[in-house]
Amino acid sequence: MSVPMENPISFTNVGRTKWWHRGIFASQTGYVLLALVVLMIVMRFASPYFFTEGNMQNVAKNFSFIAIATLGITFVIITGGIDLSVGSMMCFSAMITSMVMVELSAPGSSFVHLAADGKTAVANVPGLILLISVLAGLFVAFIVGMINGFCIAVLGLSPFVTTLGMLSIVRGLAYVVSNGRGSFPGGPDADLFYALTSGDVLGVPAPFIYLVILAVVMAVVLHHTSFGRHVFALGGNEKAAELTGIPVVRVKIEVYVICALAAGLQGIIISGWLGSAPANMATSYELNVIAAAVIGGANLAGGLGGPLGAIVGCVLLEVIRNGLVLAQVNSYWQQTLVGVIIILAVLVDRIRSRMT
Amino acid sequence: MTSAATPVLELSGIGKEFGAIRALHDVDLHVRPGEVVGLMGDNGAGKSTLVKIIAGNFRPTHGEIRFDGNAVHFYRPIDARAVGIEVVYQDLALADNLTAAANVFLGRELKRKFGPVALLDHKAMASRALELFGELRSETRPHDLVKQMSGGQRQAVAIARTRLSNAKLVMMDEPTAAISVRQVEQVLGLIHRLKEQGVAVMLISHRMPDVFAVCDRVIVMRRGEKRADKPIHETSPEEVTALITGAKEAA
Repeated sequence: MSVPMENPISFTNVGRTKWWHRGIFASQTGYVLLALVVLMIVMRFASPYFFTEGNMQNVAKNFSFIAIATLGITFVIITGGIDLSVGSMMCFSAMITSMVMVELSAPGSSFVHLAADGKTAVANVPGLILLISVLAGLFVAFIVGMINGFCIAVLGLSPFVTTLGMLSIVRGLAYVVSNGRGSFPGGPDADLFYALTSGDVLGVPAPFIYLVILAVVMAVVLHHTSFGRHVFALGGNEKAAELTGIPVVRVKIEVYVICALAAGLQGIIISGWLGSAPANMATSYELNVIAAAVIGGANLAGGLGGPLGAIVGCVLLEVIRNGLVLAQVNSYWQQTLVGVIIILAVLVDRIRSRMT
Repeated sequence: MTSAATPVLELSGIGKEFGAIRALHDVDLHVRPGEVVGLMGDNGAGKSTLVKIIAGNFRPTHGEIRFDGNAVHFYRPIDARAVGIEVVYQDLALADNLTAAANVFLGRELKRKFGPVALLDHKAMASRALELFGELRSETRPHDLVKQMSGGQRQAVAIARTRLSNAKLVMMDEPTAAISVRQVEQVLGLIHRLKEQGVAVMLISHRMPDVFAVCDRVIVMRRGEKRADKPIHETSPEEVTALITGAKEAA
């Protein structure tokens, strides 16, 4: 057997990819980020109001309202799955949170004991009601995520069908528990709740701060932990992931739980800004969330995506919406334009990958 | 592995039935360290069933498997992997969207503790992967995406994974089926590297020239039975073809 043996290892016939063909420069996220910057420069000249502090705060706040859920669904999309129940999840978690908040604050309600001063016992610890209510809201999200994950990973149902069913189930439950009326945050911790959800710190909206923290955590998890590596492997080649001994079922359940928790948290934050959790809250938000993730470069076939892309997608959607308002374009055009951008973003990436 | 005479894998009387269908009947075979054994046979001859039994996908209905001299029972593939049997699958089981190093370490990532959290040790994994590619003399960069690699490089990544766990027996399922002529040579080179390091290799292949190029011994299966087990220099492609097709019953 004659195989040429050169020693030590050399790279004679394998070229190194040029730096601009690698990493972010070669990704859809990179192109969309560039488009976003161009769009913002155009807006700068189109409208003097665009770069004012008030408008920037507005933009930051508005995109943060879907961006946290987008971070969550990006995990699912990277594994090659989809979660259509995020909109309903936002509503249901928000509703449970405000209902628990009211229930724990109401004197004489069935769950709580009255303290000596006539207030409920939990009300005497500042913030405790809020903490319990938010945890309750997140707990129902956790349960829904577990059920989604169980049906998909263990029972082998398709993610699309499972979460489509869950969309309806969870929305229905939101109507059932509130009798269709929705619910309102209340009690002694309501002001704290509003401050934490729609307030700001030194001019930076609170939701934006949460978003940045969660995005950084997500980047570390995706790229520097074995869980993140397994999430990508699952989207790249599920069979390979299984053969190499990755706990496929566990990872799948985990991503649906993460997604549901992110949606739940997002819903709770939105309800703080709205001042209520109506039963039709966040209807069809799942489409915005998926659109933002896809525009930012997450691939529905799996294997690609990240927090930067998720945020860039959300910002782009919001800047377009904001720009159309400032340019006094009929706001009904907004949806049409969003659709065009989804297709364009994916198209540009396709053309680029054909060229190389 | 004290002496080359102790077989790393020894099968005796292995049989497998799926209901009324007898897929394997009374197969005896052994593989020594550093030996490359070709497993040949037509479709349905029982090759894949045999491989799956050795890899722990199926349990044999009859017979005994001995590994390194000890009787072993595999209930799941992970049991076979634990004793040192690795399979390089035909479709290689690589995640295209990950780098070469990430694929080599998939499922057994190296980590560093930072307080309560364990983060991936990218540097250690890349340098170990580069070392393995060096051992295999494959021009593969740890940081390149598998998506962009040639068939030969992909094989190197899949084989490097078996080296990582210090497997004693590597089974390769049709490694040269879907790649170019030049890359076939690379893959056969990789098999030689494994042999040099004392790893036993079972090569499952349809390609006669490849088997005759690298194997020390060839085993021919037909209708679930072992029909021949011969040192490669005592047989010829013509004889093996005759054994596979049944023109010659046994040798």
